Amino acid sequence: MSGDLPAERGPTDPAAATWDRVPPLLTVEHLTMRFGGLTAVDDVSFIAGQREITAIIGPNGAGKTTVFNCLTGFYRPTAGRLSLERGDGTHYLLERMEGFRIAREARVARTFQNIRLFPQMSVLENLIVAQHNKLMLASGYTVLGLFGIGGYREAERAAVEKAKFWLDRVGLTARADWDAGNLPYGDQRRLEIARAMCTEPALLCMDEPAAGLNPRESLELNQLLLSIRDDDGVGVLLIEHDMSVVMGISDHVIVLDYGRKIADGTPVEVRNDPTVIRAYLGEEESDELPPEVAAYLGIAPDAGTQ
Amino acid sequence: MATATAASVPVTRPVNWIGVLKDAVIIGLVTLALALPMVGFETTSSTTERGWPLLNTRFADVAAAVIAVFLGRLALNLVREGVRAPVAFMAWAVFALLLANLITETVPVWNEAVETLLVIGAFVVGFVATWRWLSPEGTTSSEVMDDVAAGLQRWNRVIAPIGLLLALAFPWLTGLYALATGGEFAISRNAVDLGVLLLTYVMLGWGLNIIVGLAGLLDLGYVAFYAVGAYSYALLALNFGWGFWACLPLAGVLAALAGIVLGFPVLRLHGDYFAIVTLGFGEIIRVVLTNWSSFTGGPNGLSGIPRPTFFGFPFERNPAEGETAFHQLFGLEFEGVHRVVFLYYLILLLALITNLFTMRIRRLPLGRAWEALREDEIACRSLGINPRNTKLTAFAVAAMFGGFAGSFFATRQGFVSPESFTFIESALILAIVVLGGMGSQLGIVLAAVLVILLPEWFRELDQYRMLAFGVGMVLIMVWRPRGLLAHRAPTLRLNSAGGGR
Repeated sequence: MSGDLPAERGPTDPAAATWDRVPPLLTVEHLTMRFGGLTAVDDVSFIAGQREITAIIGPNGAGKTTVFNCLTGFYRPTAGRLSLERGDGTHYLLERMEGFRIAREARVARTFQNIRLFPQMSVLENLIVAQHNKLMLASGYTVLGLFGIGGYREAERAAVEKAKFWLDRVGLTARADWDAGNLPYGDQRRLEIARAMCTEPALLCMDEPAAGLNPRESLELNQLLLSIRDDDGVGVLLIEHDMSVVMGISDHVIVLDYGRKIADGTPVEVRNDPTVIRAYLGEEESDELPPEVAAYLGIAPDAGTQ
Repeated sequence: MATATAASVPVTRPVNWIGVLKDAVIIGLVTLALALPMVGFETTSSTTERGWPLLNTRFADVAAAVIAVFLGRLALNLVREGVRAPVAFMAWAVFALLLANLITETVPVWNEAVETLLVIGAFVVGFVATWRWLSPEGTTSSEVMDDVAAGLQRWNRVIAPIGLLLALAFPWLTGLYALATGGEFAISRNAVDLGVLLLTYVMLGWGLNIIVGLAGLLDLGYVAFYAVGAYSYALLALNFGWGFWACLPLAGVLAALAGIVLGFPVLRLHGDYFAIVTLGFGEIIRVVLTNWSSFTGGPNGLSGIPRPTFFGFPFERNPAEGETAFHQLFGLEFEGVHRVVFLYYLILLLALITNLFTMRIRRLPLGRAWEALREDEIACRSLGINPRNTKLTAFAVAAMFGGFAGSFFATRQGFVSPESFTFIESALILAIVVLGGMGSQLGIVLAAVLVILLPEWFRELDQYRMLAFGVGMVLIMVWRPRGLLAHRAPTLRLNSAGGGR
């Protein structure tokens, strides 16, 4: 990663003008979302690159989840343009698509801040439901499948294989027949990731995947996310509070505060950015960070000039 | 099952007789206070010379109620205290004695209703005591029932064929019963008629289960589709003279269309709002049927709907010119029961088709998407499932089966009127689905038996019938709030060993 982005980047600059990294996957331009008088997201522009892990961080209420909800079609943005360019040259304008089409056609998958599984269905069934559209086609939109005509059996077997593959990746094979709602918390998080990956996404959006995980689970999650980026070639967009995840694995960090973008760059750049430090600490001018804050941001106490 | 071995050593502690008696006396007094004004006095139409209303007193009934409640409470308290086997034996003995007396009427009892209620009470006490006696220590009865439900699901491969065989043989079994009880072989028309009624509700329950149990949409207006099916058949048959087999699919299609038309605006709503609006749509259909007299016959309904034929051979003693009747075709004596038996097999077939469809669709992506929608609609959207279309298909398919059942109803009755499609029917079908355990096919059969057959058997109870029915419903919902056989087995397994829960 070159990481030498120009230092001057006001929040109103379209990020595209200065993008010189990997090919872009998701380009967000002037995204604005207003709820009545409240502007939750204010003219945010950024790019998430292909085969990169892009993290969105910011204090509580900064508008991170709202950006996600706009991206995945749960909200229709007030203004702005969200375009997704997959590696194969296909191009989608997400702000014009219905939520389920964004997942089905543009292939943007997501996980939720408060886990949303199908609790009374088994772990395996959760992963099969994720492959709904492919299976629907194979069963002749149910009509052929009802009479056992066509290749539905094969398609289902393939779907089970895919589910097995992901169960293996997230270490849930032994619990494949459990009701998803009975899984321990950490397993539910991983199952949700596996379920999102079963939709064969081009972009995986994850809303605080490390929330509530213990340090060991958090480390495993890092490995999983790196492997999703490197082995599956999927771009990851990540909202996270856990700085060990953010600083440890992301290629590119975007910082939001009060709905505006205040910084954008590599983890090293971002964590030394005075604006970011101010957003996390308040306006007070101080050269020395309190040690616990420095630890949170992953800065060595004397690393001011790294 | 995890039957605790070491922990299940029964802790024998002395029975708290004073507490047990005190509680039973208090409950007896409460009964007295309630029963005295409500049961003890009966107003009559006659008056005294001075114009005062004359009251009949029924103190014997009050006394019976108080004593019965006192004894029942005492028995249940003792069961809770650990005295199980003796209570069970005594309750069953009382039950047997009372039942025998009810049937043979050796000892005349002044009020048959009271006696019947006593029989039911003794049965409940005996059942509870036996259940607690036989179930492992430290489990609640509902947990035991969960295991029963899971066990039934596991043995479904055996239970389903046996049930099917029984259902197929049922008309002939009634004939054998007549033979065994000293008569000659004669299929009981009443019993088979009851079977037809039962199967109609089983089919409706299975149909509604698609919306309520699988897709998780609480539909309070299912009877609307039943009505659309019935009127479709009636109008097509009366106006165009089409036969049953031609009208059946058309009635289904029309009901499915009605489902889509009603569903489209409604499916944006969730939860209670959805339920209320479906209730409203159900009423709209009924009100339209009542008021559109020129088309539907209004409140008088439509009569003279053609009866079903055996693939063109009518069930009539004297068929019309040029037609062969069913009994002539097979060289039988004419008997009215032929038609009833044919109707029985017809509804059995229709119900089985509904069941087969549900069992199959659960293993297809559409059925899994329905269940996923029930669990979490937002997650479904994020996986690229179109929630609107998926819900609409559930609505349309369930409506189609309602339509099939409706056209069967029309041909069975030969007469349809809006009276048959009131909200109470929707409530009854929903009660069957909820009582049986949402999504459980076998549970729905069981619940239909409870909800349809028990009130029929207790017709003797007359006005107390619905009371007994209500009491039964309340008891079951207290005991099993999620339904009798609520259990969901995954539609496919990875580790065939069964996995855990």
